[in-house]
Amino acid sequence: MMSMKKEGYPKYAPGTHVSRKDIRNKNKTYTWWEPEVQYSWAMGPAISRFLQELKNGKIIARCCNKCDRVIVPPRMFCEYCYKPTDKWLYIKDTGTVETFSIAYLDGDARRIKDPILIGVISIDGASPQHGFMHYFGEMKPEELHIGMKVKAVWKPEKERTGAITDIKYFKPLKGGGK
Amino acid sequence: MNRRIAIVGIGNTDFNSMTPDVSWKELMFEACQKAYIDAGVDPRKDVDSFITCAEDFYEGFSIFDEFVPDQIGATLRPCCTVCGDGIYGLGNAFMQIKTGQMDVVSVEAHSKISDLLTFGDVVLHAYDPLFEKPVSGPVERQNYVGSPSYPKEKPKPIVGSSNEKNRIHPYFLAGLEMQHYLKKTGTTEEQCAQVVVKNKKNAFNTPYADYEANISVEDVMNSEYLFKPVKRLDISPNVDGCIAFVLADEKTAKKLDVEPIWLKGFGWCSETPWLSTRKMNADYAKMASDMAYKMAGITNPKKEINIAEVDDRFSYKELQHLEALGLADSGKAGKLLEDGELDISGSLPTNTSGGSLGVGNCFEATGLQKSLEIVTQLRGHAGKKQLSDVDIGIAQSWRGIPSGSGAVAIFGR
Ligand SMILES: [Zn+2]
Repeated sequence: MMSMKKEGYPKYAPGTHVSRKDIRNKNKTYTWWEPEVQYSWAMGPAISRFLQELKNGKIIARCCNKCDRVIVPPRMFCEYCYKPTDKWLYIKDTGTVETFSIAYLDGDARRIKDPILIGVISIDGASPQHGFMHYFGEMKPEELHIGMKVKAVWKPEKERTGAITDIKYFKPLKGGGK
Repeated sequence: MNRRIAIVGIGNTDFNSMTPDVSWKELMFEACQKAYIDAGVDPRKDVDSFITCAEDFYEGFSIFDEFVPDQIGATLRPCCTVCGDGIYGLGNAFMQIKTGQMDVVSVEAHSKISDLLTFGDVVLHAYDPLFEKPVSGPVERQNYVGSPSYPKEKPKPIVGSSNEKNRIHPYFLAGLEMQHYLKKTGTTEEQCAQVVVKNKKNAFNTPYADYEANISVEDVMNSEYLFKPVKRLDISPNVDGCIAFVLADEKTAKKLDVEPIWLKGFGWCSETPWLSTRKMNADYAKMASDMAYKMAGITNPKKEINIAEVDDRFSYKELQHLEALGLADSGKAGKLLEDGELDISGSLPTNTSGGSLGVGNCFEATGLQKSLEIVTQLRGHAGKKQLSDVDIGIAQSWRGIPSGSGAVAIFGR
């Protein structure tokens, strides 16, 4: 349905979806199927160690001696040098916000009242632009900015399962960055 | 561009029924690294384009292409994924080199099928949702199909029995096709069983094979019917593994320190998806080979082809495919087998690698597994099973159940 807010044509026409009612009333010929698809991906040596270390409250990287990168999440091979990586290295649980967004829609495209803060964090001790995506907490949306220094907030040790969510979120690092 | 195109590098991992110690990325890295070392090329500098062959539903990612560049050396390079068997990848590499835009192209295909927990359901998901899924799927879903009350009303069984009883594993299609093939050609179940015996025996001389075995025709005949006439041992078991190839134009190939094996021809073909309309003759293989023979200048395949690796993911498929490829007369492949002509010592050694029955079903890597054996034989590196006087070999693959699609590649020295 087009919405006519002001004079002339709307700048944005969202289009019309087939409604559930249309489907129920058979206004549309359709067939339906729900496949059962489940996977259990083996993660390999690099990611397995990374997840184990998360359980210990630590972030571990792999180093490539050729390009001198400290790579996190760790991989067993360097994608730039195309050779196996060389050694493990523990790095910090602090970092810098590379980019972020403030999410107002949930997975079903419904409006969320309290927006969710997400972003990409470069981890201190790793090469520039090496890190991962995570949530932000203990801050107001308007405080969040690119270049912000943040620190991981871990789940209590007993609740950790060896998953990226063993870190609950990243919070502002006091006295760090601009 | 009239440039000849060669296989200049091959690499593969070991094949295993499961590989919990590595991710699919590490499997791919191993095979690709071996292929680049074999060819003597640096993927970061010398390879102009990278092709992988993968099916999203097997991998478990809706855009699997996103996850391939790192481990094949393709980060920030031209890279694309073919949703199909590895021989389609070889064909695409061939065409890319023919354009003159690329001189060196790599092709990768793998199976990490052990990561997939609901294998039967994913195979079933390839079936037509209106005509085929409801007859083989669980009852609760049958009832949903076309139900105007969906999703309010709880589904009731249509046939009146439990879900279990109405659920057929989607491999039943092989039963339908084998039945038809045996009846039409007079081939026997024992002859199909003999394919299993031969291929599992051949696999003893293939270091990467996972299902080598010393079994008898009786063992196969005594294995239980799963989809009559298909018995348990007629089916190739699933396997994980990866294979990579490096292709180059003639000028580049001659600069490399490797004996070029020429990709002389290839072809591919798809049948209609309507099961009832297919002739169940593996026409896809016939049409694909007609195209490949023409390109390779082969007029009498029976005489000119020295070695064949054909899709044997079900035992009868080897015989059916040999006939479709014109390497045996219709209904005569079983006889060739009985006479020992398909053995390593025979006139048409077939699946000397052990095929899918001996190596394992490696899904989209199947065509490359077949091609790997042909290239290894043509190079003279096949070890104990090395054939003498092999100049031309054919590799053929089928996309698997329920497809009527497949591809053919012809290699020569
Ligand atoms: Zn490096």
